[in-house]
Amino acid sequence: MRYARAFLLGAWEFVVGDDWRTAVGVALTLALTALVADTSIAAWWVTPLAVLGLLALSIRRAARRALRR
Amino acid sequence: MSGAEIGLALSVFLACAVEAVEALTIVLAVGTTRSWPSAIGGVAAATLVLAALVIALGPALTTLPIGVLRVLVGGLLLIFGLQWLRKAILRRAGLKAKHDELAAYAEEAELAREAGGRRAGFDGYSFTLACKGVLLEGLEVVFIVLTFGANQHRVGLAAAAAGAAVLFVVIAGAAARAPLANVPENTIKFAVGVMLSSFGMFWGAEGAGARWPGGDAALLAIVPGVLLAALAMAWAVERGARAPGATQPTRARA
Repeated sequence: MRYARAFLLGAWEFVVGDDWRTAVGVALTLALTALVADTSIAAWWVTPLAVLGLLALSIRRAARRALRR
Repeated sequence: MSGAEIGLALSVFLACAVEAVEALTIVLAVGTTRSWPSAIGGVAAATLVLAALVIALGPALTTLPIGVLRVLVGGLLLIFGLQWLRKAILRRAGLKAKHDELAAYAEEAELAREAGGRRAGFDGYSFTLACKGVLLEGLEVVFIVLTFGANQHRVGLAAAAAGAAVLFVVIAGAAARAPLANVPENTIKFAVGVMLSSFGMFWGAEGAGARWPGGDAALLAIVPGVLLAALAMAWAVERGARAPGATQPTRARA
């Protein structure tokens, strides 16, 4: 049980890293892209727009944290 | 070789080279201060495990339906790429300490000395530390090799690019007989972040059902677009950090 927990924690840390919001944002972005792709509207612009927004927000959070220290 | 394959090989080569530089520092530190044969044994063991992972998981991944694979790979590459980019931008702005190979070497060597002197026979400390260092640094590379390679059904090409990068770094390290401190690590990490994020965007959106204008040629716009956006963000963060009244962070080792 202890090893399974350690493995899961390690996998989480390895994949998600120190910014879970970005990981969740990426999943939501791809879901939104799929939803838009199901309509008659072109969906290719959703991912780049959302991803660059996620990056900007992630950097802003980290920069604020660093400057507060 | 297509543009996407060149992108694959270049991304894997750069990502692997930069991780290999960090692993080399650990191996050099324990090898020089304690036991070379044991450190090399640790490297060999870790390399075998990493190669086994690629051999076992590579073909398994390629059996997934292409849409599922692209969403999975695209999402994971995006999460990884955005992390690499964010850290590179913060380091560039001075808000995160740059990786200092000489400091890392000195620290590892000191720890190795504290744990005991030079050993003649098998040294478990050197073996474990070298093995752990290579495994931890290598896992990310294995992940990139598998995702990039499986998605284009070119795991072999990705693995060859990774192997070439390791060979290149080992030869450079052997020639220098010291940690590779002059490698522009942050610039390379920035470039890898741009590539991973760009390919992640491309494949993730395609897997989700979007159709890129121009098909694969869209990558020729996505990569420079992500690069420009990332440079603009780096510039804005740098400017913010230097603005009067901004608290300067204490620099520490990453």
